[in-house]
Amino acid sequence: MENGKPRVAVFKFSSCSGCQLAILNLEDELLDLVGAVEIVYFLEARRLPESRPYDITFVEGSVTTQEEVERIIKIREDSGLLISIGSCATAGGVQALKNYKDVNHLIDIVYEHPEFIETLEKSTPISEHVKVDVELWGCPVDKYQILEAVSALLQNRRPNLPEHSLCLECKALGRVCVTVASGIPCLGPITKAGCGAICPSVGRGCYGCFGPSKDMDLDAFIPILRETTSSPKEAVELLRTICGYTPEFEKAAQMILEEEVANE
Amino acid sequence: MTDYQLSINTTVAISKPELNKLLDVLSGAGYKTIGPVAKNNSLVYEQIEDISDLPYGYETDQKAGRYRLYQNGGSEYFQATPGASTWKKYLTPPRTKLFGLVNVDNKWKEVPVSEIHPKYAFIGVRPCEIAAIKIQDTVLIREDYVDTLYKKIRDELIIIAVNCLHPADTCFCTSVGGSPEAEDGYDLRLTELDDLFLVNIGSQKGIDMVAQLEYAAANSHSLQIENEMMSEAKEKIKDVLKDYKQLPELLMNNLTHSAWEDVAAKCLSCGSCTSVCPTCFCWDVQDVTNLHGTETQRDKVWDSCFNPTFTAHAGGGCSRPTTTSRLRQRITHKFASWVEQHGGEGCVGCGRCIVWCPAKIDIREELNILQEAFK
Amino acid sequence: MTMSAVEDKMHVEENAMNPNWAVIKKIETETVDTSTLWLEFEDEEVRKDYKYSAGQFNMLYLPIYGESAISISSDPDQEGLIGHTIRFVGNVTRAVSRLNVGDRISVRGPFGTNWPVEESKGKDVIIFAGGIGLAPLRPAIYQIINNRKDYGKVTIVYGARCPSDLLYTGEYEEWRSHDIELMVTVDHADDTWDGLVGVVPMYFYRLRPNPENTVLWSCGPEIMMHFVLYEGLARKIPDNQIYLSYERNMKCGVGVCGHCQHGAYYICKDGPIFTYEQLEPYFNVEDL
Repeated sequence: MENGKPRVAVFKFSSCSGCQLAILNLEDELLDLVGAVEIVYFLEARRLPESRPYDITFVEGSVTTQEEVERIIKIREDSGLLISIGSCATAGGVQALKNYKDVNHLIDIVYEHPEFIETLEKSTPISEHVKVDVELWGCPVDKYQILEAVSALLQNRRPNLPEHSLCLECKALGRVCVTVASGIPCLGPITKAGCGAICPSVGRGCYGCFGPSKDMDLDAFIPILRETTSSPKEAVELLRTICGYTPEFEKAAQMILEEEVANE
Repeated sequence: MTDYQLSINTTVAISKPELNKLLDVLSGAGYKTIGPVAKNNSLVYEQIEDISDLPYGYETDQKAGRYRLYQNGGSEYFQATPGASTWKKYLTPPRTKLFGLVNVDNKWKEVPVSEIHPKYAFIGVRPCEIAAIKIQDTVLIREDYVDTLYKKIRDELIIIAVNCLHPADTCFCTSVGGSPEAEDGYDLRLTELDDLFLVNIGSQKGIDMVAQLEYAAANSHSLQIENEMMSEAKEKIKDVLKDYKQLPELLMNNLTHSAWEDVAAKCLSCGSCTSVCPTCFCWDVQDVTNLHGTETQRDKVWDSCFNPTFTAHAGGGCSRPTTTSRLRQRITHKFASWVEQHGGEGCVGCGRCIVWCPAKIDIREELNILQEAFK
Repeated sequence: MTMSAVEDKMHVEENAMNPNWAVIKKIETETVDTSTLWLEFEDEEVRKDYKYSAGQFNMLYLPIYGESAISISSDPDQEGLIGHTIRFVGNVTRAVSRLNVGDRISVRGPFGTNWPVEESKGKDVIIFAGGIGLAPLRPAIYQIINNRKDYGKVTIVYGARCPSDLLYTGEYEEWRSHDIELMVTVDHADDTWDGLVGVVPMYFYRLRPNPENTVLWSCGPEIMMHFVLYEGLARKIPDNQIYLSYERNMKCGVGVCGHCQHGAYYICKDGPIFTYEQLEPYFNVEDL
């Protein structure tokens, strides 16, 4: 710590940088934040990165290459607390869609020069490689949850991050349930709250970017998802879009696929 | 009509546009007028300024897990029955500040709460919703505890009730001692007929409001139509709960019965039912701090017995870890322990928990299943 | 009840959730994770008016961290500092563990029911406590000692997981000197221990209660209290003479936030101390 301020680093792995932007989007609170901590490594925002150690490290993105496997281990060693931010870092992200396909085939059809591409078979969350102290979910991460996590760490308390379903947050905000009123498929009942019910607020179903909520019930949920989607394919795609690689959502997708096979 | 003697329980007739005048009278007296508005395929309670804000010509189709709002070309403002919105969002808002603290020289100093408590006039309050507000009164204004914010808002509250002439299929007020006809607890009560509102006066405030309107004595023909329509409405609401007065004993004597598991099998544990319930009142207290930890405010926020942290222990674990235990808590609280705690059931039969349950759990059916199983 | 009927009582609960500041005057380390904080209200009026009974609890609030229900562990008959024996296991209590003498903390209370210290005069008293469960019983023990001749035979069986987890070890001799039979046991003995070994309810066999004239008070882990209860019932101690102290997640302390419901009871208001007669309908209900 310099001047008693914790040294903070922000690292990017396989991702779109949207979560780093969420930090920059804090705007009003950003000055406050840089007043409370020393941001020593943040390529998106700072020219000259400083080297280790880091008291608080934010990691955006998932692990998709061998180089990243090695880099995250090094970063963990250099860090006091490690916070993974965003659905790529917490769940593998949208790029985990490749986890269900033959990766070599994908490389062949996507890239003009497949010979330049080196990638692992799967896109995996940070927690699959190193110990993670706090996970902040979302695509992108909620900027206020970042602030809450930093506040909590500075104040030596547990961050106040809801574990319950999105339904409670949606209702408290006075949003109309899109499933009940419009028959729109929504992962809200099995997804953690904390985003501010962004999608239902604009009449869209939740696509689960905050990951599985605690104590949710897949057996009760699958029939609703089947009924609100036009095909099992649509249901599986919805589950797999962002957080499909989480064990819970993957199990849900498997349940639908198995049901499909059984019905044939 | 100045020669007409207005008193409590007088019924007069006003033209439909005259409702606008009533809104003006209320806003002129400093009231924030709240009523049903058609929005996002549902009715929601929001501020209204003009009767054109009301859901004119709408009706609804409701069943378990399904709410559909249609324009039917009709000429009624209050035909469509309410959505998930409840008046409790104004009476006990989802988040309220209890107090603020600021750390000055290592000492916490209180910052006075300067929250404004608006004077509300609720327009279009259903009889079941009046019943729900009465229940909240017994919970929040007690001999040993008073929710001061609630009491302040409640004391100033104007209730313009509306009789329910078109109950939804999910309504079951008559099964829990209610009626689609509001009997008391309002300042004014409207009955919407084809071309006029019948206005029954329920309080002195109601008299004062009506005195400022263009009104006529309700003629016997209108009163007769009102009567017939009320009877039809009552007829339409099926008496679906068997022996609800027996429920407290039956439920509490069978807490370990396996039928609870069957009922809970469909439950998502999402908490939607508690959020839309007009009587559910549970709350949590949270500190909201600034980054440096030099300021904090203590907020009271809605909570739910389905929240995994609801019964959490400080050292880990919780008292109700399963969906079955949480659903059993909700059902036994509403229909059994509430009676012991507050002298009556916690359910008014509005049907919101049925309609807004994504898993389509119909509390009427579930209670009947339980009753059968426990016999 | 009408609204106006409560009007004049309103001031009582007007600020039910507001902080009420007290200063930490003394901290006694009891075990590696448990200390007793001795508090004094800042406001002289509050200090003067504050009365509590044995077994009641306060809500201790530390800004930023939150509030936690903590039993009062001092002597209700003594004026002066109010003791709270706190085990540092949760978010709030761990923050409390970092406080020093002179720091302030908010105290709301006292809340809840108490041990029937008055009503039990003339009777034999059996106390079974486990771990931190001795804390809410200590005020009752003090009050018995204050009026020792008013009670018959007094027996305390206290246990903890290991010798270093035992509370108030410095007071045991004093208690014994007032004709109290005190048995102390540990689940896991170490080299330093030459006392009893085994869980608390095991030692019920050593007692020969005269059931009609005995009250049984117990506080500790629920599983322990349940075995104590079975032993008590087996010896024909009447349902309404067995008292157990329960613990649940509490937020308000006045039976209105809904969290601590246990059947029709609010643990914070109707408890934390119940007779078995009150609890019996719910006794074998899992996850209530």
